[in-house]
Amino acid sequence: MAERLKSGRCGEGPTRPAAIDVAAIVTDTVASRGHNLVTRPTGRAVREAIEQRLTTTSPSPFVILLDFTRVRILDFSCADEVVAKLLLRYQDSDRPANVFFLFRAVGEMHRHAVEEVLDRHGLAAVCDVGGGFQLLGPATTEERRAWNTLERCERIGPRDLAGALGDLGEPLLRGLARRRLAYWSGNGEAAALSALARTP
Amino acid sequence: MRVVEIPPSLDYRNVDDVFAEAAATAPEPVLFDARRLRWIDPNGMLSLLCAGQVAAAKGAVPRLSLPAGGDVVGYLDRMGFPGAAARIFHASPRRGGRAPSRESDVLLEITSIATNSDVHEVVDRVQSRAGAILSRTLHYPPAAVVQFSVILSEVCQNIVEHADGPGWVAAQRYNWTRRLGRQVLVIGVADVGRGFRDSLAEEHAERFGDRWGDVTALEAAFLMGLTRFPDTGRGQGIQQIRKQVARWQGLVSIRSGTARIADSPSWHPSPPVVEGLPRFPGAQINIVLPERIDG
Repeated sequence: MAERLKSGRCGEGPTRPAAIDVAAIVTDTVASRGHNLVTRPTGRAVREAIEQRLTTTSPSPFVILLDFTRVRILDFSCADEVVAKLLLRYQDSDRPANVFFLFRAVGEMHRHAVEEVLDRHGLAAVCDVGGGFQLLGPATTEERRAWNTLERCERIGPRDLAGALGDLGEPLLRGLARRRLAYWSGNGEAAALSALARTP
Repeated sequence: MRVVEIPPSLDYRNVDDVFAEAAATAPEPVLFDARRLRWIDPNGMLSLLCAGQVAAAKGAVPRLSLPAGGDVVGYLDRMGFPGAAARIFHASPRRGGRAPSRESDVLLEITSIATNSDVHEVVDRVQSRAGAILSRTLHYPPAAVVQFSVILSEVCQNIVEHADGPGWVAAQRYNWTRRLGRQVLVIGVADVGRGFRDSLAEEHAERFGDRWGDVTALEAAFLMGLTRFPDTGRGQGIQQIRKQVARWQGLVSIRSGTARIADSPSWHPSPPVVEGLPRFPGAQINIVLPERIDG
């Protein structure tokens, strides 16, 4: 079992965890009475509003929780814009900010739309659809095992890596970090995004 | 004046006859004579509107005669048909439509879709009524209202994004006692825009070569999820509608140009593709969701 690191910063790890209430942005963006996130132009406008908020924060890495829990209807066009296209934008090397995303959605009401758009783009995301964070979207069995272990341990230091995940632990966690599904610090520590979001 | 006879019963199964008459219209006055009409579903109503619009586009002056009385008149009123028809048919009587009561079979009156705001309006509006009909009548689980709203959003967006012109949507519950022995929800969506073949032609016609036509375009959109947009995220709408309707053992068909393509459930055996139909500009989407029967 890996040593469970204390809370606090992970090296020069992500700071300033924050949440964005997507329903509030929907209300600001379109006149939807029911917090319904539908139509592609609405999704695009909401994504741009989220990006706008992200550019005003620190240039250092940080974790953002996109909270969909007050959104009622999430259609596929909006899931594509607000989840998939946002992830794609911040996976690029020329991303406008060093952001890691967590998503909080509402069970089966949103899960299907999110999974479909992730699958279509070959993306994965860390998402709480009720009952804790899980990895949604395409990933190999080894990636899922590594992600689940990290999520359980919250943080894994270099001395515990082999014990927790075997010889392939480092490349697996580095791979997850490249997919923006985990944080890999310069000193060889890995941290689960959900743990970083809980960091005060 | 040319007269187009509307049959006593008009639904998705015989609307092609009306399209054929509308397509043959010359620049002359034409009367769509629906005085014998006794039964009509959302697809029938939207087809009448489309036929009138097609005739008008050909330079005709379309007129419409409706029955003087009977159940169908009250139903047309509840669905808001006279108001929609008055915008297309010359001197069409605009009767006051009654707002449906909570127990009404009407889920969604005929609603014009031209912009994304219209789609928001429809999705916002159907929530409470859809919940009642889907759970109490069709016995779908509570989450079905969300999935249904997503379907509604996607079919309406199809008009805005692909038709390049306005269209309509309507939905109504029926008791198909004789036909199926179950309650059903019928959703009709129609536009007289550019149709699937024209919409997809610029992006995809070349690689299909001589095979390109109405059937190929419908197969490309319906089966392969192709759209006119070179974006991986596009084209999910129809695919997801098909998946969800199949989960509910429903029927979904798309009519465009001279062809129709469908996913047919076991209770409605029909060929997946029909071609050689009368030309219909634009697209018509028909969805039938049957009451859930466990076991």
